Amino acid sequence: METFIGVMIFFMIIGALVALEARDLLSSIISIATVGFLLTISFLYLRAPDISIVQGVVDILTLVILIRATISRDVHFFEDEREFFPFAAIIVMIALFFVFLFETVKFLPAFGTNLSKVATYYLGQGLKAAGAPNIVSAVILDFRGYDTLGEAMVLFTAILGATVVLRLTPKKGKKKDEAKK
Amino acid sequence: MNEQNEQGMSEIVKMVCRIIEGFIFLFGLYIVMFGHLTPGGGFAGGVILAGVFVLILLSFGKERLNNVISDKAGSFLESFGALVFILGAAAGMLIMNSFFANYTNRLIGSMPFRFLSSGNILIYNIAIGIKVMAELFVVIYFLSVTHILLKKRREK
Repeated sequence: METFIGVMIFFMIIGALVALEARDLLSSIISIATVGFLLTISFLYLRAPDISIVQGVVDILTLVILIRATISRDVHFFEDEREFFPFAAIIVMIALFFVFLFETVKFLPAFGTNLSKVATYYLGQGLKAAGAPNIVSAVILDFRGYDTLGEAMVLFTAILGATVVLRLTPKKGKKKDEAKK
Repeated sequence: MNEQNEQGMSEIVKMVCRIIEGFIFLFGLYIVMFGHLTPGGGFAGGVILAGVFVLILLSFGKERLNNVISDKAGSFLESFGALVFILGAAAGMLIMNSFFANYTNRLIGSMPFRFLSSGNILIYNIAIGIKVMAELFVVIYFLSVTHILLKKRREK
């Protein structure tokens, strides 16, 4: 399974690089969506169907919105040659990243090792304590309710700000001021 | 949305949309309602429900979407879902002296693997589902409709 996920991550990195280097916006959006779908499959193989559903659905929705936003713009990037020093710096940084990554991976615990004490409690007592057969749901809405509350409020505030900025009807007080002038 | 697509897409797309929109909405409702039994939950189901409105907006244009749900109704549902979530959590302070207490589980009593087995989780899932659906609908509505209306207003 680890090799499968490694292959998935390899293709995801390729998709992200294609998205960066693509000449027009539509193809880079499509390759970003490919990254999302590969991530969905990886989550399924990691036996996390909840987060897999969320990832797939959000990926589809953002793909539709982004295509809708960019397809009428028809923006093309200008072709110009790469300068040497930034490119060399990128290559050096990538090489350094992988060197330190492999040094760090040696000290990580093996994949799937049970290190978290509290997770053992949730898996053992979750059904009895919360009553929900879906342990993920029990954790995010019962044991860790504050996290979900914070996440919901973040989304709520973001949409609130967007609706305030994009509203159609102006403020009531402002109109009166303009009329007085 | 650009100008020529304001009336929606072709007749084939409209027909397919008419057939499948109900099924997608039902699937979203299922994901929300059975979030405590099967994979899924409020957020995933809410995004699927919002996807139905995006489908209607893209295939029919904004006229039919306004018949289904208006932006004011979306704002109301968004606030309503958030309020139900917070009040449902805060009611635990009155009943069991702790925020986010699972009080309905104790009051009703539960059999595992039944629909009403998990008490408050079902309420929170439905509230989050409504909230996420309305939020994503509102942001898509504003992003795709506002600049058209503003352009028309400027032309007048």
